[in-house]
Amino acid sequence: MSDIVPTAAAAARELIAFRIGRQEFCVDIMSVREIRGWTPATPLPRAPGYMKGVINLRGAVLPIVDLGARLGLSTSEPTARHVIMVAHIGGRTVGLLVDAVSDIIQLTEDAVQPTPDVASDQVRTFVKGIFAVDGRMISLLELEWIVPESEAEAA
Amino acid sequence: MTDAADPFEAIKVTFFQECDELLGDLETGLLAIEAGSADDETINAVFRAVHSVKGGAGAFGLEDLVRFAHVFETLLDELRAGRKPCDPPTVKALLRASDVLADHVSAARGQAAPVDEARSAALVAELEALTHGGAAPAAIADVLALPEADEFGFRPVAFDFSTLAAPEPAAASGWRVTFRPHARMYAKANETALLLRELSRLGPVEVALDASALPDLAELVAEEAYLTWTLDLAAVVDEASVREAFDFVEADCDLTVEALSDAPAATDAPDSAPDLDIAALLARATAEAPVIESAPPVVEVAPVVPVAAPTAAATPAPAAQAAVTIRVDLDRVDRLINVVGELVIQQAMLAQRVIESGLARSSGISVGLEDLELLTREIQDSVMAIRAQPVKSVFQRMPRLVREVGEMTGKRVRLLTEGEATEVDKTVVERLAEPITHMIRNAIDHGLEMPEDRLAAGKSGEGTVRLAALHRSGRIVIEISDDGRGINRERVRGIAVSRGLIVEDAVLTDDEIDNLIFLPGFSTADAISDISGRGVGMDVVRKSIQALGGRISIASVPGKGSTFTLSLPLTLAVLDGMVVSAADQTLVAPLTAIVESLTPRPGDVHYVGGHDAVILFREQFTPLIDVGMVMGFRDAALTPSDGVAVIVETESGARAALLFDAIQGQRQVVIKSLETNYRQVEGVAAATILGDGRVALILDVDAIVANARRRSARPELKLAS
Repeated sequence: MSDIVPTAAAAARELIAFRIGRQEFCVDIMSVREIRGWTPATPLPRAPGYMKGVINLRGAVLPIVDLGARLGLSTSEPTARHVIMVAHIGGRTVGLLVDAVSDIIQLTEDAVQPTPDVASDQVRTFVKGIFAVDGRMISLLELEWIVPESEAEAA
Repeated sequence: MTDAADPFEAIKVTFFQECDELLGDLETGLLAIEAGSADDETINAVFRAVHSVKGGAGAFGLEDLVRFAHVFETLLDELRAGRKPCDPPTVKALLRASDVLADHVSAARGQAAPVDEARSAALVAELEALTHGGAAPAAIADVLALPEADEFGFRPVAFDFSTLAAPEPAAASGWRVTFRPHARMYAKANETALLLRELSRLGPVEVALDASALPDLAELVAEEAYLTWTLDLAAVVDEASVREAFDFVEADCDLTVEALSDAPAATDAPDSAPDLDIAALLARATAEAPVIESAPPVVEVAPVVPVAAPTAAATPAPAAQAAVTIRVDLDRVDRLINVVGELVIQQAMLAQRVIESGLARSSGISVGLEDLELLTREIQDSVMAIRAQPVKSVFQRMPRLVREVGEMTGKRVRLLTEGEATEVDKTVVERLAEPITHMIRNAIDHGLEMPEDRLAAGKSGEGTVRLAALHRSGRIVIEISDDGRGINRERVRGIAVSRGLIVEDAVLTDDEIDNLIFLPGFSTADAISDISGRGVGMDVVRKSIQALGGRISIASVPGKGSTFTLSLPLTLAVLDGMVVSAADQTLVAPLTAIVESLTPRPGDVHYVGGHDAVILFREQFTPLIDVGMVMGFRDAALTPSDGVAVIVETESGARAALLFDAIQGQRQVVIKSLETNYRQVEGVAAATILGDGRVALILDVDAIVANARRRSARPELKLAS
């Protein structure tokens, strides 16, 4: 028994699940620093539509990405009920605007299925795979390309 | 912080930091000696600097550095003991040696290319020659040539002789050293055998061990120290050299050093030192010679030696007064500054909430909040002061530069520095080095004339470059002036015309001509010289100064010289800004760019080609830029008379009027980077956090003006976007 548990633990990941519209997504819990309520952001000039602007996170300037818009889903004006997940992506700290955080789930790699062909290119850029939890479908997101490096990429 | 992973590496980093300081001390000391303002303590300090570099380098096995430092140190030791005069050629050699030593340090650090071996070897030979060879005869000649030396013998009063003799080495025939280590000394991993070996390098040592304090084995405490050594050193050296062997342990032992005066110095020296190296022996013998020759009345003088010895021993004492400082990782200071910045914002937010809540100003909360505000300000100022550093660290590098450029151009240059203690934020200090270096090179290369030309012009053959720093109205001002030929306006004008920078019949004032040298692509050097050429000119200097939020100006008098004046903010962390609003957004415009603000009257605004607005400002049509539109905050242009026009001047001197909805006020803002977590945004220089806790963007005035110009040049693009 003792030599089975570590193997299982090594393969298992903790993920944080959240909701955008009716869909559920999740990201690795290790990349999420904190979760906070929506506060109005300062818009940036000539920023892509999914960049909601910047907010003050204890003295740091935090860019806010509307994750729904970034994934090409329908988007609505954020309210106080919306949530910002502060994530660490490739050396930067970025706020991800989502509708609500729902769950923390444990997952082993083999439970993940490849993204079906039906998804759009935009979705397939960010969705690494999908899996089922209690009959719900959850998409596993890769955050690496969420924030564009340069203006050229943003366009 | 990969350094921290390896403790040895971390110590090495500290060693190199210390090296920087020591090299600075070394240079300062040598320059003082060169200027003739040196006392014994200066020479001691110079010696200690080289000695410490050598010591540290030895610990890290930096062979080349140790070898060079050793030769350097040996010569300095001769100077320190007074066996060699500090004559100009020696000092020049020492200065060059300090440059090479600095090269060795950078090479050991892996920062620079390996040291120029030939140069290093040549200097080693020169230093050795100065130490042994040509030095000794010169010393004799010097001493003998002194009229006082002749007078010496005829002086009837021995007391006078003692004061005159004081600068001579206080040599005794030998020394009895009683050395009783404390347990502490061993605890610091010092080894008696090594100390004795060090001492034996001065001459033959007779060692007697007194183990009488050693208890029985049963009572012996392993960590205790029980032994006492009595060491008889038969060598003609001064007391300081004897004590130096125990330099690092002096505080952790009982040490007495007594002169062995039983044998007369004259006979003892040759007897006791048969196995010394001959050159050293010669040096010692010659150094001693004058004393002996003028010795006839010496019988009463002999006791002088012990009198002189304590003074020699006392000199190291003032050196111990180290400045009370600590080394702190810059990251920690930056973190503190960030947190304090946040504290200031939180405090402002709290104050705003309290006002909004309608509490009376006299209420306990309001009063407490005011005190808090004062404290917060004080903390912020104190934290900023931690980062403040004297410009000395940059100024210190310049004497070497001046020497090198002077040598390369064949010009004789004297560098005067003033206001080295002027403090400015560390980030500013670091970025000052390059422009100052460049301007000093320029001053020597282009400003100063060749010695013969200077003499012909009735000036001293040696040119002067003055580097000064001072605080003026919340900014630091750096002045670099030379007493050279000044700007040749005819030539500058001719070059500007030939490069197409100005039209041939342009009417320019002297001041405007002087400022032409800041234009990109302007270089007055006939050929690209190794010194100030390389294709970078004053335009690069101006750009780097402007990047720091600074300004540069020039004043020149033909035949008398030129003065460059840099004016820079004291810190890059805060900025004086005008808080404005455009289409419901709060923005900050840097105050340095703003000329003035005005409310446009309908008659002042005109349209060129239908949509490009210009405003008549001081008889000039100035482009009027609707910032809300340019930034994409709104689609329809603001009616100019409903807003406020702020006249700005860009770095290139072009003027434009920025149209905002309203001006909220003027305040100092803390600069926050957008790039840390996002990326650069066109038209935005940085961000800041206002009192209400929201982020406001700081405008990049130059980019906005340039962008507006591009758009109006290609209106179809404007429609497309």
